[in-house]
Amino acid sequence: MATKSSHKIAYLEAADLPKPQSLWQSAFKRLIRNRLAVMGIFVILFFALLAIFAEQIAPRDFRTQVLAASNSAPLWVTKLFPTMIPISEGGYVKINEDFFFGADNLGRDIMTRVIYGTRVSLLVAIVGPIVALLIGVTLGLISGYLGGWVDNIIMRLTDVFYAFPTLLFIILLMAFFRPTTGRFEPGSIGDFFNRLDGSTGGMLFIFVGIGITSWMQMARLTRGQVLSVREMEYVLAARSLGASPTKIMLRHILPNILGPIIVAETLTIPRYISYEAFLSFIGLGVNPPTPSWGAMISEGAVAIRDYPNQALFPALALFLTMFAFNFVGDGLRDALDPRMRGAE
Amino acid sequence: MFFVLFAISVVTFVLMRLVPGGPFNTERGVPPAIVEALNKRYKLDAPLVEQYIDYMQGLLVPRLTDRTYRRSVVEDYIINIPMDFLGEGVALRWINFGPSLAKRNQTVTGIIRDGLPTSMQLGIAALLVGVVIGVPIGTIAALRQNTGWDYLSMSVAILGVSIPSIILGPLLQYIFGVTLKVLPTTGWGTINHLILPAFALGFTESALIARLTRASLLQVLREDYIRTARAKGLSERVVIGVHALKNAIIPVVTVLGPLAAALLTGTFVVETLFGIPGLGRSFVLSIGNRDYTLIMGTVLLYAMFLVVANLIVDLTYALFDPRIRLH
Repeated sequence: MATKSSHKIAYLEAADLPKPQSLWQSAFKRLIRNRLAVMGIFVILFFALLAIFAEQIAPRDFRTQVLAASNSAPLWVTKLFPTMIPISEGGYVKINEDFFFGADNLGRDIMTRVIYGTRVSLLVAIVGPIVALLIGVTLGLISGYLGGWVDNIIMRLTDVFYAFPTLLFIILLMAFFRPTTGRFEPGSIGDFFNRLDGSTGGMLFIFVGIGITSWMQMARLTRGQVLSVREMEYVLAARSLGASPTKIMLRHILPNILGPIIVAETLTIPRYISYEAFLSFIGLGVNPPTPSWGAMISEGAVAIRDYPNQALFPALALFLTMFAFNFVGDGLRDALDPRMRGAE
Repeated sequence: MFFVLFAISVVTFVLMRLVPGGPFNTERGVPPAIVEALNKRYKLDAPLVEQYIDYMQGLLVPRLTDRTYRRSVVEDYIINIPMDFLGEGVALRWINFGPSLAKRNQTVTGIIRDGLPTSMQLGIAALLVGVVIGVPIGTIAALRQNTGWDYLSMSVAILGVSIPSIILGPLLQYIFGVTLKVLPTTGWGTINHLILPAFALGFTESALIARLTRASLLQVLREDYIRTARAKGLSERVVIGVHALKNAIIPVVTVLGPLAAALLTGTFVVETLFGIPGLGRSFVLSIGNRDYTLIMGTVLLYAMFLVVANLIVDLTYALFDPRIRLH
């Protein structure tokens, strides 16, 4: 029975031979078969929809303060957190059914703010890796392909950046970018970036900061990959046809090493998300009142004894997002290289 | 190694000076004359190179002091070795981090002396949590590869990676501090105060360690010497415990180095959430305050820990794998 079916599979595959599957097609199939990864994709899609249609979905405005409702919570939240005892039962919690997750200490709707917070986290999840890829892959390509003293300088630079406390660097960058408003003449590039940052609620410089501090791993990985394909015949062929180094790097080497790089970068996405949350936590993230999960956790953590809902709902959203990205990253890696399952 | 330390000190020095604002530019509008006088007193008006050399001199050059030496806001050394044989009250003093620019009645040395032991206790506890949970989970997952145990362990590991301390902290506080009332939510001083923050910090690390242990052990188990060990009839416990784990632990130790450096010098989030008077808070606050000397002090301390941790890692390689010789 078993041999029969395996024969059948072999036969079917033979029939498929005229149109073989590419690496990406078969990887995609393996990814789809990974239930956890698919679940993760759906969670990310869900949050993406929340982010895109936040204006339509959110029940209120994220800035509006209803001071009469400050620190209030609906009944179901008090049931969920048994230590939150409503006033009617001799406790201290104001019951207000208008706010589904409750209201924070300024009377702002927590649910609305969680929904809007999705925007920051997802944007960081997209833009952070892109910045890191741009810097890291560029440096890695140059370093690996040119070799010699260029390679040496770039790799020493990478070493120094590695040993440098990321936290300090990112905080200094924030401090450097932030208070520059008004320092630049109107119309200059500095002024343009400042306005851009202001209009994105302070997100631009977070992206820049995260990207600048996260490219090192990418540079090392890219360099290693370049070294492994640099001596291939197709590179030699391109060179003997007179292609310029730039063209060889971008047209011939890059497409061949992109797979592992993208997988490695996908795996680091949760780190970007938690970086942003951390920055907002210490008050260097988005400008208030733009909601960010990190800032909400930081504000809510102060009142964790009395109003756990204020910190734990944004924490749950943050957790779900990171969880989903981790599953998708793992799934993608398994799909592209099944032998690597569970490895770093 | 020394190049990295040197580079870090220069980069930090230049970078923090590039950032607009200074330690004395507060929002209260201090008269410019006073700011000028303060700048002069702390030699902030001197050329940058001179300031840098001045600072490094205080830090690196040991000094012999006689009995007239008193600890002051400008002179406060970490290492003080009494040398009474040279005369009464003579001592060799080394590593002066200088005065704090924001807290002007304290020295950076004093701040480090106060905060570092706390941060180290927390860091060691967190590291223990990470290793004690991570290594066994990773081992079980590798030994029972592709079974329910494996999938369960690796799911827990992904869970751990997805819960940074910023989430785990409030959650633990609520569950154990507020609802069950078994552990204090904030504060510092007793063993009980240590448990929650150590878990909040260590759980994520344990997930990373578990994944790494599993991957590394899987690789080792396919080696020839494991087959040899089994073939000569050693018990499974010896094969795994002595032959396999000892080799598989090397990559784990490698990541433990930087991890330990980061944990020992404090982590801001957990220290803030749990109200722990550690070094992480001083560090983050110092950047906002433009407390140049404190920034330099904490960064160099971190870099030094990193270098030392990596050195220890290199030394342990030889311990676990005699084939790796130290050159």
